[in-house]
Amino acid sequence: MQLTGAQALIKSLEMQGVEVMFGLPGGAILPVYDPIIDSSIRHILVRHEQGAGHMAEGYAMVTGKPGVAMVTSGPGATNIVTPLANAYMDSTPLIVVSGQVATGSIGTDAFQECDITGVTMGITKHNWLIKDVDEIPRVVAAAFHVATTGRPGPVLIDFPKDIANASMEWYWPTSVDDLDLPGYHPLTDGDPVLVRQAAELIRSAQRPVLYVGGGVLKARAAEALRALAERTGIPVVTTLMARGAFPDSHPQCLGMPGMHGHYTAVTAMQRSDLLISLGARFDDRVTGKISAFAPDAKVIHVDIDPAELGKVRAADVGIAGDCRMVISELLSAMDAAGDSAPVTPDLAPWWAQLHQWQEQFPLYYDHSEGGAIKPQMVVEQLRDAAPADAIVVAGVGQHQMWASQYWNFDYPYTWVNSGGAGTMGFAVPASIGAKVGRPDRTVWAIDGDGCFQMTAQELVTATAEQIPVKIAILNNAYLGMVRQWQEMFYAERYSEVYLSPDLPDYVMWAEAMGCVGIRAESPEDVGPAIEKANSIDDRPVVVDFRTDAFEKVFPMVAAGQSNDDIVVHPDQTAPAR
Amino acid sequence: MSPAQLSALEGGRGGTVRHHILSVLVENKAGVLARVAGLFSRRGFNIYSLAVAPTDENEHFSRITIVVDVESAPLEQVIMQLDKLVNVVSIGELSPSEAVERELLLVTVDVGPTERSQVIQLVGVFGGEVVSVGADRLTVMLAGPPEKIDDFEGLLEHYTVVELQRTGRVALPKLDRH
Repeated sequence: MQLTGAQALIKSLEMQGVEVMFGLPGGAILPVYDPIIDSSIRHILVRHEQGAGHMAEGYAMVTGKPGVAMVTSGPGATNIVTPLANAYMDSTPLIVVSGQVATGSIGTDAFQECDITGVTMGITKHNWLIKDVDEIPRVVAAAFHVATTGRPGPVLIDFPKDIANASMEWYWPTSVDDLDLPGYHPLTDGDPVLVRQAAELIRSAQRPVLYVGGGVLKARAAEALRALAERTGIPVVTTLMARGAFPDSHPQCLGMPGMHGHYTAVTAMQRSDLLISLGARFDDRVTGKISAFAPDAKVIHVDIDPAELGKVRAADVGIAGDCRMVISELLSAMDAAGDSAPVTPDLAPWWAQLHQWQEQFPLYYDHSEGGAIKPQMVVEQLRDAAPADAIVVAGVGQHQMWASQYWNFDYPYTWVNSGGAGTMGFAVPASIGAKVGRPDRTVWAIDGDGCFQMTAQELVTATAEQIPVKIAILNNAYLGMVRQWQEMFYAERYSEVYLSPDLPDYVMWAEAMGCVGIRAESPEDVGPAIEKANSIDDRPVVVDFRTDAFEKVFPMVAAGQSNDDIVVHPDQTAPAR
Repeated sequence: MSPAQLSALEGGRGGTVRHHILSVLVENKAGVLARVAGLFSRRGFNIYSLAVAPTDENEHFSRITIVVDVESAPLEQVIMQLDKLVNVVSIGELSPSEAVERELLLVTVDVGPTERSQVIQLVGVFGGEVVSVGADRLTVMLAGPPEKIDDFEGLLEHYTVVELQRTGRVALPKLDRH
């Protein structure tokens, strides 16, 4: 069967099981948009290519399937650089196809030419510039293989216009051996000797903590994790990338560690004698000052990426492998070793200490002050009015931390946010992608006013494509997190952080984009606004919550400080040092 | 690879800097060198020298010999990050005691009537070769172990060096005699 390059590309995507892609056409990618008309793949036309990338990420994060985006050359391609960087930091499988000028024009500074494989080399797991029409099926299959196996990540396929118009005899690679990837061998199983050593360390620990990162979700290991936690009785912390990997309502869950983590989660790690890190990477936002982090802890580090082992903190036992496989190997090792002996020593003293911290330093905000809406209260009311399996999507900043702190995540793949890269503007498009992936779920984006203004135009896409997401803007009229740092660390000298509560008018803007716009100006408005938003399911909804601009995120570990110096809310008694 | 296996050698030029040799087999595809070099720069690893050429008849693969400054990053981390590049097929880590290393030097020296014979003599002692002769200059080639090249370069300090070019080292494992 003879196909054009464009047809071969679309057919290859169909062969990979792609059901939906996000994109925006342009000159160089034009030939590829013709066969899309006849394809089974749903194409969602975005208003800006950054939106396409974040939508594909949101889709991938809730479905576990790779997200696919298509853009044209030059500015189309550079507009999706931020989503690629974001997906690279958060290990999200993302496939971007970019148009490119004809092969004969490459290197001549042709119209809309950009060396996008060069630009994205450091922020993709791999990228390809297709130079021969016969490579198309093989490269597409290789791209999906690389993006979804091992440590997942983004890939880019750069697709010159003349290749799209050339013709080839169709084939489809039938095995991994046909993909021409001699240097790519992702790991799965952990080394059994190391697994036994890990089991030994666990058996002798007095103050162990399961430090759970996003790798557990990538490995679809939430069930295995729960089995391990319940078998051993060890407390669990879930990082910003792992919220929902272990139920927040489980008695063993201590919540989120890190700069704005729960006091008990942060302090449990500091005092621990054994950190069992599963798919986490000792990010600086988790560890604080690394030399002062968990000083007494031995470390078991499980990660599918061997380069993570020892990158930041030396591991006593470093196991390269898939978290789900390694956890199940660990459970088997415990079975094998263990007659009726308890897997862990008596953890009662440890739990007594943890419970004391939980009681003494719960999450706290002042409910009483004045008439302003507290942003934390909005998150609580959104949470209480939403189905337990609702998906929550956040941008980056204060609202993101409050969403992570005050939502109750009891199911995996219900939390979508930009962790490593900290990409403002992520929430609106990512929530649209999440809703496309899980149309059966309620999807709430909890966004900030600063973030919302960066990518709000994608609500036009949502209306046009009938994707009924709900957006809660915690509108404090500031770039709130930066304002918080300026208040605390720059002597209240506020530099370029004020945005205004009503410029733009968010309700009018929402209505202009075909959404329902709702405003809540006082605490009494919050409940009815949420109720109204929840009653609408045929259109996107935007709720403008006018929140207290002076509210700060606590607890907090200041950048570069030791986690021992965690600051709780000023109304709480400061912990003894 | 355990840190214990990762011994470091005293480098050639500079002496006190700790270097290590990585022999990296890569797919011979466009952009591979940029991927390797880009990885070093964005991770803050320093390359001391680098040599690259196709390694098989069909030119499917190339071998990049990289001398890494292990002061800048733990060698293990450099290897692990390199290994993640999809086009990197394998990485051999050569400790100096287990490797044969060679490097090539080309140097042009100003020579007056008295110096000409001195330089030619020196080249002879080191087993080098005069490859170009001008009215008052000589260009000399010397191949050998990096330390020998260092030594020769040191002796040239007494003369006026016009231009000097070293290739960076290439290395292969020493053969087993058992």
